[in-house]
Amino acid sequence: MTQLASPPEVAATVTDDGRRRGTRPGAGPAGRVGRRGLRVTPWLFLVVPLAFLVVLTYVPVANLLWYSVTDWDGLSPVKEFVGPENFVEIFTRPEIFQVFFVSLFYLAGAIAQLVLALYFATLLSFTTRFSNLFKGIIFFPYLINGVAIGLVFLYFFRPGGTLDALAALVGVENTPQWLGDPGVVNTSLAATSVWRYMGLNFVLFLGAIQSVPSEQYEAADLDGATSWHKFLYIIVPSIRRILGLSFILAIAGALSAFEMPYIMTGGANGSETFVIQTVDTAFRFSKVGLASAMAVVLLVIVLVITAVQRLLFPDEKKEEAS
Amino acid sequence: MKKTALMGMAMVSLTAISLSGCSSASNDDGDPSGEITVLTNRTDLVDTTFADYAKTFEDKYPGTSVKFEALTDYEGDVKIRLNSKDYGDALLIPSSNVTKDQYSSFFEPLGTVDEMSEKYRFVDAGAYDGQVYGISTFGSAMGMVVNKKVWADAGVTEAPTTQEEYLTDLQAIRDKTDADPYYTNYADGWPLATLEGNLGATQGPEVRMEMAEDDAPWTEGTDQYKIDDLLFQTVEAGLSEADPTTTNWEESKNLLAQGKIGSMVLGSWAVSQMQDAAEAAGASRDDIGFWPMPWQVDGQFTSVTASDKVLGVSKNSDNKATAKAWVDWFTNESGYAESQGAISPVKSDPEPDTLSDFTALDVQYLELAPDPVGKEALLTDIANEAEIDIFGNTYRQKLIDTARGAADGDEDSFFSDLNDRWAAAQEKVSE
Repeated sequence: MTQLASPPEVAATVTDDGRRRGTRPGAGPAGRVGRRGLRVTPWLFLVVPLAFLVVLTYVPVANLLWYSVTDWDGLSPVKEFVGPENFVEIFTRPEIFQVFFVSLFYLAGAIAQLVLALYFATLLSFTTRFSNLFKGIIFFPYLINGVAIGLVFLYFFRPGGTLDALAALVGVENTPQWLGDPGVVNTSLAATSVWRYMGLNFVLFLGAIQSVPSEQYEAADLDGATSWHKFLYIIVPSIRRILGLSFILAIAGALSAFEMPYIMTGGANGSETFVIQTVDTAFRFSKVGLASAMAVVLLVIVLVITAVQRLLFPDEKKEEAS
Repeated sequence: MKKTALMGMAMVSLTAISLSGCSSASNDDGDPSGEITVLTNRTDLVDTTFADYAKTFEDKYPGTSVKFEALTDYEGDVKIRLNSKDYGDALLIPSSNVTKDQYSSFFEPLGTVDEMSEKYRFVDAGAYDGQVYGISTFGSAMGMVVNKKVWADAGVTEAPTTQEEYLTDLQAIRDKTDADPYYTNYADGWPLATLEGNLGATQGPEVRMEMAEDDAPWTEGTDQYKIDDLLFQTVEAGLSEADPTTTNWEESKNLLAQGKIGSMVLGSWAVSQMQDAAEAAGASRDDIGFWPMPWQVDGQFTSVTASDKVLGVSKNSDNKATAKAWVDWFTNESGYAESQGAISPVKSDPEPDTLSDFTALDVQYLELAPDPVGKEALLTDIANEAEIDIFGNTYRQKLIDTARGAADGDEDSFFSDLNDRWAAAQEKVSE
């Protein structure tokens, strides 16, 4: 117990910033014990999260890589090694890659989502009437369970449903089948995704914007800057990093769109995304090996896009250094 | 911070304890006692009917207790859990992806086919290589659930005997009533999968092997063609619901009961559910009828009967004695099949009254022959390789999309694509 009790005290000095360490009473006399504790304590704190990370992320990824070069069916005790055969199949069957076309809808949706989130975050970071209410309204969908949202929107989109009723109120009668028309279904689903996930981007942006020191706005006011100028020259540069991160997440999210289309249409009627196809391949057709290879391909694509994005928009630090 | 560290340590030690707690004495052949976990797909009954079953069972075998785990996506969840050792003590064997040759790795043998088939129906459904691993919970006959009132309003009182007559009748319903003549249940998917249960209706009990050896099963004359052609023609002629993508199974029961839907192709298990819905909607139970599929051989209807899920005992259970007692009690004494209006797995039980229409029409019942030893997985393997889920719903959703003009192609191109993929897969599987 004594061992347990002493390290956290020391840990407090570690997590605080360097300058305060010396000034803290008791840090000196702790001497050798304290220093040894210093090395062990951070790891003690990290045992649980690291264990989760390894067990729930790295081990499955390692398994995934192994499955992707086997012909495993998901149950059989033997997993036969087949080499790159699964990857060859992915790149020689055009219908596997065709579904990435659907991702374009989600990409467009994601960009709209970022723009809207940024717009609302900027607007609500200034003094606005009922701003807390609006913040709540915008963030709320993110808190709802995805399955519930799927069901709600199924009623929303069905013929004669809420959306049609709303359209009728403003005089639009010839509405398409929002989910039944193959030309409209992906737009409807992407819009649902935007509604669901915009709150998250919104909160990220809002947090970043509120960390901008208010002196800068005051100075800008003195210089006679308009709101647009403030947005362009103060807010955007200040939140560049979080914008870049959101952009990567948006692209990755668009490529791996799954939840909304899977719940609402199950990938039917031309709304199948790459991840739905992967899930079907693994669990419907028992081709876990091939599906793992598809997941690996998706992982590589996302990594490549991230690398390209980092090349095109490098970190702020580099600029500051130059 | 002290708290966090302590909690962390506590969690680590808790995990260690729970991991080491797995090995306790097992009860393989003794008297039923102790707790068992039963996995079920009946999320709707688990807190009512099944709770009563558990109580009756516990009264019969004092010292036992039965716990249920109801799973919404039963097939999907259990298939993944089979990879672990933790999949309950008694459970329904997943039918879609576990092939029979894998039964012995996961389930306890319950007896030989020879001795079991003296007492039970549908024994082959849960058997492999002469051993029975699962006993049928109940059986169903295939056909279509109809709202007789809707059909009568359209001037039809007799079950159609040919596909042409069937389509003409549906057209009459479309013209003379406000009801949708047919409802696909496209969005839920599984009702589309049940259509496959009609395999054998004209081809006879050997149809599965015939299909596995046919390099073009979607050709006129086969049952596979009849099933899918009927659906395609129905949808193409606009005789199904307007927007299939927003259908809803629970709602469809009420719609059929209220006369807003004319018919759905399903198993006879659905009849009692529809009758309940009719009663709840203030209509008569007698409005709901169950007719055979519109195909006849030599002037006679045939309905394919098949077992619903089969109940087995986990090989990794540490209380097999109680689990077996549960399977036995559930099959023989629970009255589950009767309460579902379905065919009982016990041969001595009477025929359900949900099939009274069949008796009047003198419908022949047919049970499919078991797959020959060594070929149990053949049909599934070919279907999986071809990525045509004949026992699932994806390709039938595409079929409906094609038929209603929401996807490219027509019936010929759709069926010939299926045939090409089937033939290619067949070649690859036979390698």
